[in-house]
Parts: sequence; structure tokens; C-alpha cells
Amino acid sequence: MNAPKKQLVLTNRVGIPDSHTLAVYQKTGGYSKALSKTFSQTPDGVIEEVKNSGLRGRGGAGFACGMKWSFVPKNTGKPTYLCVNADESEPGTFKDRLLLEKDPHQLIEGIIIACYAINCHTAYIYIRGEFDLSYKRIHKAIEEAYAQGILGKNVLGKNYALNVYIHRGAGAYICGEETALLESIEEGKGQPRIKPPFPAVVGLFGCPTIINNVETLSALPFILSEGATAYKKWGTEKSPGTKLFSVSGHIQKPGVYELPLGYSLKKLIEENCGGMTAGKKLKAVIPGGSSVPILTAKDVETMMLDYESAIAHGSMLGSGGVIVMNEDVDMVWALKNLTRFYAHESCGQCTPCREGTGWVDKILYRMLHEGGTNEDLNLLTDISHNMMGKTICVLADAMAMPVLSYIKKFPDDFRNHFRRTGSSPRAKVI
Amino acid sequence: MLFQFNAQNQKKFEELLSHYPTKVAALLPTLWLVQEQEGNISFEAMEVVANLLDVSPAHVYSVATFYTMYHLKPVGKHHLQVCRTLSCALMGSENLLEHFKNKLKINEGEVTPDGRFSLCAVECLASCGTAPAMMVNETYHENLNVQKVDQILKELK
Ligand SMILES: Cc1cc2nc3c(=O)[nH]c(=O)nc-3n(C[C@H](O)[C@H](O)[C@H](O)COP(=O)(O)O)c2cc1C
Ligand code: SF4
Ligand code: FES
Repeated sequence: MNAPKKQLVLTNRVGIPDSHTLAVYQKTGGYSKALSKTFSQTPDGVIEEVKNSGLRGRGGAGFACGMKWSFVPKNTGKPTYLCVNADESEPGTFKDRLLLEKDPHQLIEGIIIACYAINCHTAYIYIRGEFDLSYKRIHKAIEEAYAQGILGKNVLGKNYALNVYIHRGAGAYICGEETALLESIEEGKGQPRIKPPFPAVVGLFGCPTIINNVETLSALPFILSEGATAYKKWGTEKSPGTKLFSVSGHIQKPGVYELPLGYSLKKLIEENCGGMTAGKKLKAVIPGGSSVPILTAKDVETMMLDYESAIAHGSMLGSGGVIVMNEDVDMVWALKNLTRFYAHESCGQCTPCREGTGWVDKILYRMLHEGGTNEDLNLLTDISHNMMGKTICVLADAMAMPVLSYIKKFPDDFRNHFRRTGSSPRAKVI
Repeated sequence: MLFQFNAQNQKKFEELLSHYPTKVAALLPTLWLVQEQEGNISFEAMEVVANLLDVSPAHVYSVATFYTMYHLKPVGKHHLQVCRTLSCALMGSENLLEHFKNKLKINEGEVTPDGRFSLCAVECLASCGTAPAMMVNETYHENLNVQKVDQILKELK
């Protein structure tokens, strides 16, 4: 598959001056064809179109979007809610921030389409507390939309009401987990809930609720206006369409890239991103945000950027946060940086997660500062296994799986610490 | 003196309540509003908020302490938040944090005696492509190095 000549679905307006304003959005085709096609169909028709497009959730799990919508029960007598997940905090991921800052109206149009499909009249945008510019832009965009009758009592003059509110987070990674997000709105403390029941059935305020990621919703205007078939032109059979990849680390041209799913990871690094910095060799890549297993340079040779290929290479596509590391990186040091993150962000409800994240972090700290033993590797492995599949949410797995993968794929980096006593040169871990 | 919203924020507070079917759902935005007005959230203010939203002060306290962005103590006029997560660490954020500590003579979590600066390390700011990154109050600063940081500090004085 070749690199796209022009931007495709999500980032068409990113380079245009004032792309965040209503005037530019409308001038470039916004709030027009997609909405008239939406409102000329039944809600079920819209769900069908999205199902046909094969669009999968871009928040990390990759669950089929149209399918999720179809789980919303009808005629419950209760309102249905949409929660927009704009809490983007997965280390290595910075794509939603781009969409929020550069094209907030595209997101709002996506929200209108989703709400119409699931018969919802109230949407909350849960936005990360740190995203000040994003907040201002989306706030202003909502105001503009109300003023033009695009939101409010009669959306575009139709007999359909929709209110959109912003709910600001306050600095807690866990609130990006969908049930923690609901708790954070409802009660304040973002502690995940046991599933089932799933939010589509019992969600916000006990009502049916759909939670969708910013990027997922931002793809809807294209899908509705151009049709599922046009969307499926890109990508693979099981992973259709395009996706945003946030690339960071030891790379010449870091940034957000919109690519057809199934694109070569090697090509992304070597061609799109101009290769490694300072003439160094590639050592390791995290392909989908810090919560997914690591890849070696050899894995990178053959991995394609789609959900299936990532799994076949022992990892996951996750949020599409690609972190590239060169030959100088000690993988024990890199892992220690991330275990501190998870130990800090565990919400503390489940013992295996609360204790396990802390223990793993302490063992790695000791390994860096005092050297390690083979016994440490067994202990790390043992703790990780005891964290997986045993907790309320998957934050525990999101640390345990990477830990196991670093040990498996870079055993020599760990062994290097065995021979040494005293602090390693890279022991300074902030 | 007991905490009270000023007239403008009282209006904003009432508007907030209209966004949700329950009062307690307005807790996060109400705490933001307190912080906007006062700079930080005191225990007395939490008691007032508890009253306004019909929840216990303990509930408000447990929520306020769950999040890193609510300041329970005053912070500096310029609150420096340096990202320490992997992408930034790969690009040298450890050195930046050390530099700040040496230059301002404070540790993480502390405020300079003149109240001008406070320093903390934070987790991934979603700026990894322009690492290392930090925030000064609400503003992002990206692609940092020691020279750039010195320039920023100078301009903030
Ligand atoms: C610990 C944790 C953190 C998460 N953080 C985010 C996030 O910041 N943004 C996001 O969209 N999804 C996040 N998710 C995934 C959500 O739970 C959920 O799957 C997603 O928002 C659903 O939207 P989608 O189907 O459109 O992808 C997180 C999940 C976990 C377990
Ligand atoms: S797994 Fe961790 S983060 Fe998730 S609910 Fe349990 S303690 Fe909280
Ligand atoms: S790791 Fe620092 S902004 Fe993401």
C-alpha cells in the first residue's frame, strides 16, 4: 500500500488556517452532506451504514463501532447518553489533541451523527484537564453550533433536540477507562466499575450509554457523507479505513500521521518519519501506546499497522502511539519509567493492581540501583501473571503484559544488571 | 472567612447544575470553579461545596485528593509541570527537571520562597511528538532544552 498523497479522512483540515472555526468548517463541506444523509435515514439506517464501514473504536480496544451502538436497548423509558472520550492520556499518544485543537467541528458533527443513531439527546465531552487550548476550541465550537441552530432544541430545523456539555477531567489517567469516566462524571472519583453490566445497557446515571473516542467519532462525517464503501477503500478487510498514528522518540520527524490501516510500520519509521536520529540503529518500538507489548527491530520488519498484524506479532494496535527507541536505550530503564506511571495511576481498588504495580516498580528500581538476580526475573514474571485477568479493569494487564514482553524480548538488558553491583549509569529515574 | 463564590462564579455554578440530572455530578466542575477563583482548594471551601451539592465533606475530600490537578495547597504564580514519561524521558526530560531543581533551589512539590515558582513532575502530557514538554500553568511549552527553559524562566520573571 502506498503512502497517501493527500490527507484522507480525519486530517483534511489540519493545515488550513483557522481550521477550528465554523466558517472554515462550513466552507470545506462541513455540516452539510453528512448531516442531510443522516437525517434522511432512520437511526437504524445510520447504524447499518457505520456497521458496513467496519469502523473500529480508536480509543484502544478496537471494538466495532456500529455493533456497540446496536447494543443500546430500545424503549427503556430512560434517556440514552453519549460520552465522548477526550481524556487522551496513554503515554505516547497525542492524536485526539490534534483533532480537538484543529477540527472541533468535525467532532461535533460526528457527535450529532452518533446521537441521532442511538436516539440520544444529551452528550458529554469528557476532556482531559490539561487540554486548555482544546477545551477553549471545543467550547467555542459548541457555542458557534448553538448560535447557528446546529445544536439545541431543533438540530438544523429538524424535530430533534441535542445538548452537548463539556466535563473537564482533573488529572487521572484511569478516567480514560470508560466506566471510570462514568464514575468521574456521576460521583467524582474515577474508579472503574465491574462489567457486566456494560455501559450500553447500564451506563451514565443508570441509563444506556455509549462511550466513544474522539477519533472514532471524527471519522463519522466522512463515512456518512461519502458512504461505507468509500471508507473501506482504505485499510484491510478486518481493519478498514484510516487511523492516526502518533510517532515519538528517536525519530527524525515525529508527529501525527494519518495512514490507511495495514500500512507498513517499517515504512512509517523509515520513510514517513525520515528514519532514526543521529544515525543510530533501531532497537525497540512500542506500537500502540505504553500499555501494549514491545516489539524488537526484527518484529518491525514485518509488522503492518492493523489490528490483526499487531496481534500476530505479539502486540496490539492500541491507541496507535508509536514510541521508537534506539540502540542506546536500556530496556530495563524504559520499563521502569512506565511501571512508575502505572503504579502512580492505579486507582487502588484491586489488590493485584494496587500492590502488583508497586512491587514491580520497586523491583526494577532495585535492579537499576543495586543490580539484579535471576530470582528477580522469576518474581517479576510471577507477579505479572498474578495481575492479569484478576482485576476490575485492564490497567493491571496493561502493565503486566508489557513487563512480560520486555523480559521475553530483551533478556540481555536484564542480565546486564545481574553482573553489576552498585548503581547503573542510567539509574537516575525521575 | 468562609469560602463563597463571587457573583460571577455563583452564576456559573448555577449554570453548571443545569448540565446534570443530579447535583453531585457537578462536583468536578465546581471544584474547578473554586480553584479558578481562589488559586487552590482549601478544606473550608470543600465543606462549602459539600453543602452546596448535598454530599459529605469526606466525599468532596476523597474526590479532590483523587486528582493531581486540584491544588490543596497554594502553588507558585508560575506552576511548572515537567513531563517525565517515556517519550519525554527519551528526549532528556530528566536533565530538565534536574536543571529546574538546581536553578530554583526547590524540589518537586515545593514553592520558591518568593512564591513565584512551584515545580512538579507530571505524566505524559500528550505532547510526545514535541518532547520534552512541560506546562507553565495552562500553557504548553514543547521541544524544550536547557537554553529554551532558561529563556522561558527569564521571561516569566
Ligand atoms: C486504563 C485505561 C485507560 C484508557 N484511556 C483511554 C483514553 O484516554 N481515551 C480513550 O478514548 N479510550 C481510553 N480507554 C479505552 C476506553 O475504555 C474505551 O474502550 C473507549 O473510550 C471506547 O471508545 P471507542 O470504542 O470509540 O474506542 C482506556 C482504557 C483503559 C483500560
Ligand atoms: S485494575 Fe487497577 S486501575 Fe483498574 S480498577 Fe483495579 S485497581 Fe483500579
Ligand atoms: S511522554 Fe511527555 S508528553 Fe507524552
